[in-house]
Amino acid sequence: MSFALNASFAALADPTRRAILARLALGEATVNELAKPFEMTQPAISQHLKVLEEAGLIVQRVDGTKRPRRLAKPGIEAMDQWLAMLRKALEKNYDRLDGVLAAMQSTKDTERKLR
Amino acid sequence: MSKLTMKTEGDTHIIITRHFAAPPESVYRAHMEPEIIQQWLLGPEGWTMPVCINEARVGGKFRYEWKHPNKRGFHITGEFIEVRPYSKIVHVERMFLPDPTPENRVETRFVPDGAGTLMTMRMTLPDEKTRAMMLSSGMDKGMEDSYVRLEGMIANVTAQSTR
Repeated sequence: MSFALNASFAALADPTRRAILARLALGEATVNELAKPFEMTQPAISQHLKVLEEAGLIVQRVDGTKRPRRLAKPGIEAMDQWLAMLRKALEKNYDRLDGVLAAMQSTKDTERKLR
Repeated sequence: MSKLTMKTEGDTHIIITRHFAAPPESVYRAHMEPEIIQQWLLGPEGWTMPVCINEARVGGKFRYEWKHPNKRGFHITGEFIEVRPYSKIVHVERMFLPDPTPENRVETRFVPDGAGTLMTMRMTLPDEKTRAMMLSSGMDKGMEDSYVRLEGMIANVTAQSTR
């Protein structure tokens, strides 16, 4: 089981690669089909696909002479899950901190009044 | 509505921002004074921090230990690289699970934002080795173990990013 999260984030830093993922979210596509909307050469698209593949975000299968790509669920889900859990824990901490800060502030206000 | 924003930067960083309705001095103190840290830096429900040592100066060390009634506890240690009251904290840290994870460097800034504070944190994503240790090694021992590790990781990440 591989959680190549660093590679996943690097892969997502590029807008073309994000667009490719968005396209693949609609379903499987060949290099040709992916190259069309981006006005890029096939080798350029292939290079992006290679990065996405190494990041564990997409997979390819063999279909005669074609190599259609699709989203790799485990890679995408691992990253989503990690970020979602990080966000949840942070929100929990900071909501707690909001309460602590409010208490600090009212203590300060009280001290000021007493002075 | 969530006040938290998260975005990636480059290959290995996450930038987190959060607004607080208190001046930078208070938010900074909440990150540096043990008796305040222990009230909120607790991650998911059920965890407490019985040990919180924090030498708030350049070169100073810190150590936080977390406990849970029915989960394996863990701790982190770290050192301060830059301590600028009430605007900036830079530190390195590692978590013990019980083996130490590689060091992470975290930068936290506090900037006045209206009557409150905008906190910006630049944290490093855990590397491959760390994740493997946290996520995969528990798999053959059953899901509960990996959930414990995962929770530990999240609490640690939370700790890094809230300091």
